Amino acid sequence: MMSKLLLLGDEAIGQAALDAGISGVYAYPGTPSTEVMEYVQHSKQAIEGNVHRLWSSNEKTAMETAIGMSYAGKRAIVCMKHVGLNVAADPFMNSAITGANGGLVYLIADDPSMHSSQDEQDSRFFAKFAFIPTFEPSNQQEAYDMTYEAFAFSEKYRIPVMMRVTTRLAHSRAGVTRRAVLPQNEIKLCENKRQFILLPAHARVYYKELLAKQPLLEKEALQSKFNSYIPGTDKSMGIITTGIAYNYVMENYVDTKCPYTILKITQYPIPTELVQKITDECDSVMVAEEGYPLVEEQLKGLLNNGKPVKGRLDGTLPRDGELNPNILAVALGLPNTYGTDVPEIVAPRPPALCLGCPHIDSYTALNEVMDQYTPGRVFSDIGCYTLGALPPYNAIYSTVDMGASITMAKGASDAGLRPAVAVIGDSTFTHSGITSLLDCVVENTPITVFILDNYTTGMTGGQDSNALGRIGNICKGLGIPEEHIHVITPLKKFHETNVQIIKKEIEYQGVSVIIPTRECVQTLKKKLTKK
Amino acid sequence: MKIDIILAGVGGQGILSIASIIGYAALKKGLNLKQAEVHGMSQRGGDVQSHFRLADHEIASDLIPQGQADLIISVEPMESLRYMPWLSPKGWLITNDQPFINIKNYPEPEVLAGELNKLPNKVVINADKIAKDLGSARSANMVILGAASPFIDIEFSAIENAVSEVFARKGEEIVNVNLACLRAGREFAQQNQ
Repeated sequence: MMSKLLLLGDEAIGQAALDAGISGVYAYPGTPSTEVMEYVQHSKQAIEGNVHRLWSSNEKTAMETAIGMSYAGKRAIVCMKHVGLNVAADPFMNSAITGANGGLVYLIADDPSMHSSQDEQDSRFFAKFAFIPTFEPSNQQEAYDMTYEAFAFSEKYRIPVMMRVTTRLAHSRAGVTRRAVLPQNEIKLCENKRQFILLPAHARVYYKELLAKQPLLEKEALQSKFNSYIPGTDKSMGIITTGIAYNYVMENYVDTKCPYTILKITQYPIPTELVQKITDECDSVMVAEEGYPLVEEQLKGLLNNGKPVKGRLDGTLPRDGELNPNILAVALGLPNTYGTDVPEIVAPRPPALCLGCPHIDSYTALNEVMDQYTPGRVFSDIGCYTLGALPPYNAIYSTVDMGASITMAKGASDAGLRPAVAVIGDSTFTHSGITSLLDCVVENTPITVFILDNYTTGMTGGQDSNALGRIGNICKGLGIPEEHIHVITPLKKFHETNVQIIKKEIEYQGVSVIIPTRECVQTLKKKLTKK
Repeated sequence: MKIDIILAGVGGQGILSIASIIGYAALKKGLNLKQAEVHGMSQRGGDVQSHFRLADHEIASDLIPQGQADLIISVEPMESLRYMPWLSPKGWLITNDQPFINIKNYPEPEVLAGELNKLPNKVVINADKIAKDLGSARSANMVILGAASPFIDIEFSAIENAVSEVFARKGEEIVNVNLACLRAGREFAQQNQ
């Protein structure tokens, strides 16, 4: 068979999806999910198979397009980070009710410890909420195998399937063995031509069907080769562990055999029968899971009147943040091998805007104008320019979710805060800022919106932006008068001119848009090196 | 047999090229490998590290347990010290001595040198100068890798072959200068342990 490939968890998922015969990948960039799409974009196999592999405008458009491909009978995968699933929540929830036709996989990459995110929400809760079966691989090979099999599973039960990974697996490399390449599906529409029409009368029927599938899905999880029950000799405690947390437990037993019985769960719904078995056989249970205490909460219940349950809820493990082998060592009563402390002279080195970054010039000009007002008037968004929160800029008042800058500035303006300013990047603007701006146009809200156009989705590494060359026309089309749309060049030599334009528009009592336009220095550098 | 390495540096310094060469050599030997990288926000000039694990048995965790790293290999001196909680009591620290200063409160050179001097097992090397003298300022990474090579349980010839193969598509001249940097780093480490 084929030799091993050295792949990131994300790349293993991309390769598995290709080998399983997908016809399309749909995604919006978001750490730690970005590399699935990037891998497919560079894959010869994808190019030869004409697999769809362009970025979507946001996670909702990505998911809906993938669902449409599934409805047409072909296999599709959609990839996003955990907070992207909030954006795509509507199609996510309702596609469980319509069900899938061609195999449909939702790859959701969570970010415990918030390495590059605003929260660490656990997408397994979303899957449970939607009644969607989930795979949570513990290593790169499982990421490959589960993704490969998820498409057929999705077709067998006519339901979308979630692949849930976390940062550490998404961005860690290991050897992966591939399986046979399957051909893409032909177009095949659903026999029931009403299957995907969620009129209330239909939806009531399909929802009952979705509920009726649940025992079957649980039976699959019970019999799954991905869930394992490893008996131990010491019955004082059993360990239930899910996904990558399994590795952190096992790292403590590299040289010795783990004395405790282990239930490893990587396929959901939770196989109750196995949970019952380990609880019956052991005096207490420790639950180690990466993310929120999903299994632990259910096992413990509201009354906590069963056997003792240890985990994130009783302080045996930290309530938040990513796990690691040392945290588990302490929880298991083993010595913590912690080395020596970081010497005091080691200074923090937070991320910063790159040398020559256009955002530096934009913030310098904006700050000069805003200096005459009290602080707290610049509502920002998600991207490299969020780093404007740090010194020396200290320029922004909020960063919450994609596209929120414009609507939050509008709300502040509605409250009477004048001036109110929004700062949003080009890609974030087309992700979900356009409708926000429309709300402002409808009421001619006194607000100045900066759309920082660096021609790319910068923070995630420079992916193509759907905003490219379209921002001016979008603003005009929304109904902003041309005299209040300014394209400026964020460079030191234009500083004075830029300050004058900003000052004038901030004083203007209506919607205005300023578009500082200059290419990201990182993508520019990449282009020049290629030449 | 296992080798656990923390690779350290600042976002954009290219620590992953060191990892890819050791990885290449290790795969040829049929060793298991896990390599956890940092992507995303920190790549913008922040501190970055990679957990690089090699073993002849199955590797459980993608993260190296604290206090169990055999090596810290760093392309920046202050960054090398950030990972002391991971270094095993018997472990070695191999670092470039050339600072990358993009923060205001970077420690004074003598304070930093003093802190590195406290360590029993270290190789501190001016990799930038060695690489520049050999005609390729961009190859400081290979000098560092060379300096770390005596502490990596893989034959040096296998690492040399990996350098040759990884740089092959860039031409013979590039291969040779990188090999020269690799060997110069190794020689320095052998004389200055």
